[in-house]
Amino acid sequence: MSQSASGDAIIRTKSLTKAFADHLVVEDVDLEVRPQEIFGLIGPNGAGKSTLIKMLTTLLPSTSGEASIAGFDLRREARRVRANIGYVPQLLSADGALTGYENLLLSTRLYLIPRRERDVRIREALEMSGLGDAADRLAQHYSGGMLRRLEITQSTMHRPPLLIMDEPTVGLDPVAREAIWSHIRDLRGHFGTTILITTHVMEEVEALCDRVGILHGGKLEKVGTPNELKAEIGPDATLDDVFARIAGEDMANVDNYGDARLARRSANAHG
Amino acid sequence: MDKSIPARVLDYATEVHAVADAELRKLRHDPSELLTRAIQPAIWLVLFGEVMAQVRGLGSDQGSYLDFLAPGILAQSVLFAAIFYGIAAIWERDLGVLHRYMVSPAPRSALVLGKAISSAVRGLSQAVVVYLLALVLGIAVDLNPVDLLAVAGLIALGSALFSTFSLIIACLVKTRERFMGIGQVLTMPIFFASNAIYPIDIMPDWLKAVSLANPLTYQVDALRTLMLTGGVSKFGLGIDCFMLAVITIVLVGIAARLYPRLTT
Repeated sequence: MSQSASGDAIIRTKSLTKAFADHLVVEDVDLEVRPQEIFGLIGPNGAGKSTLIKMLTTLLPSTSGEASIAGFDLRREARRVRANIGYVPQLLSADGALTGYENLLLSTRLYLIPRRERDVRIREALEMSGLGDAADRLAQHYSGGMLRRLEITQSTMHRPPLLIMDEPTVGLDPVAREAIWSHIRDLRGHFGTTILITTHVMEEVEALCDRVGILHGGKLEKVGTPNELKAEIGPDATLDDVFARIAGEDMANVDNYGDARLARRSANAHG
Repeated sequence: MDKSIPARVLDYATEVHAVADAELRKLRHDPSELLTRAIQPAIWLVLFGEVMAQVRGLGSDQGSYLDFLAPGILAQSVLFAAIFYGIAAIWERDLGVLHRYMVSPAPRSALVLGKAISSAVRGLSQAVVVYLLALVLGIAVDLNPVDLLAVAGLIALGSALFSTFSLIIACLVKTRERFMGIGQVLTMPIFFASNAIYPIDIMPDWLKAVSLANPLTYQVDALRTLMLTGGVSKFGLGIDCFMLAVITIVLVGIAARLYPRLTT
């Protein structure tokens, strides 16, 4: 299941573009994510992060451009791409009406993990995510942090070389957030998983990301390590300054209603 | 992924089962919906049925109107349970659960089929309720095991058909509000433009034509044959099953195409 990338990048896009009607939401994005790095995608609301993620996870067809994920062509080999990625949406993707164990069982079946391995793998994954004691409780009774860990776990049951997460810690308290961060680091440590996250939290970027890409107005404006980006602004600059420099320009004229609605609902679900 | 054909069939079955089993586990955790769904067929049979039985001219020559009505109400309760499957799909989309299905490598038709099968099991639970009611009301129910099995098969097929139809509507309208409106508008014509509560023969010609294009008509016709002692099919069981199977396959094909649209 986990064929690794041919070539060196696990995500490589070339002029990837998405247009809705005549509006370019993602424009000519050339993104390269290297194996085993944690890559953070930041940018103001409406910058095109979610749209880019939807394209990379095969949920949304691109308008033009090319992309290969884990060595497979995003358009022509969508099923193989899907078999090689895990995706944790911003929304609540664990099924609250199922227990933790059942949620994971569903994933092992959907990803065709052989029957005799399923139980062992689920037990191991539950241990690793600290959900062992809650395995037989309905997920709707989980706390926000537990739900997130369950969601990350169900998205990695097939041990994908690439895990994509959309704002993984939105709505979580600081302790739960720390737990998610260490869980993410563990995944990379144990399985060599490459991780792409979107976030608005600069603290998260500092804590997790090897490299950062800044998306603005649908374009990938800058890519670099957090230190490189800070150094460009000034000796004492923080990532918040970097973000404000890029995003500050046109915060006022974006229609953010949809984004706000999504973020709040997700925050409610996980809070 | 370059596997032999039997291995691929097995994989497909695993993924269909994954979806169906998840739905059934949810039902097991909270079966209250099965009870509330039992109320509607009871109302139709006891209130509507008992009164309409007094009207001469309805029903067949052989049996009472209640006998005629029971298979129709069975089909109806299955239809009403299945037709709101689409709203569950929209609900899953709004939550985010659907995204997780859509990013998995499972073929879309396997996802659709899994949902259809879980709907079939719900339908079967409806059938048990209607059979019990029918026995209590003294309807001439045929309890021959072979016929019971055949009824179960028909219920499953009908549930799969209408739940998939409902899923297609959900993929087109995409919001719960619109679906609620359309769901009502669709169920009534499907129900009334069929032979569920009156024979086709007394319909005006244009309505006859509509009801012949209505899959519910074929389901009710087959149920009438199998559920009642001495039931007679109007079209023949072969035609009934053929129509239901073909329509189901076509709908699953369409739904598999449209389902991914929900998460874009």
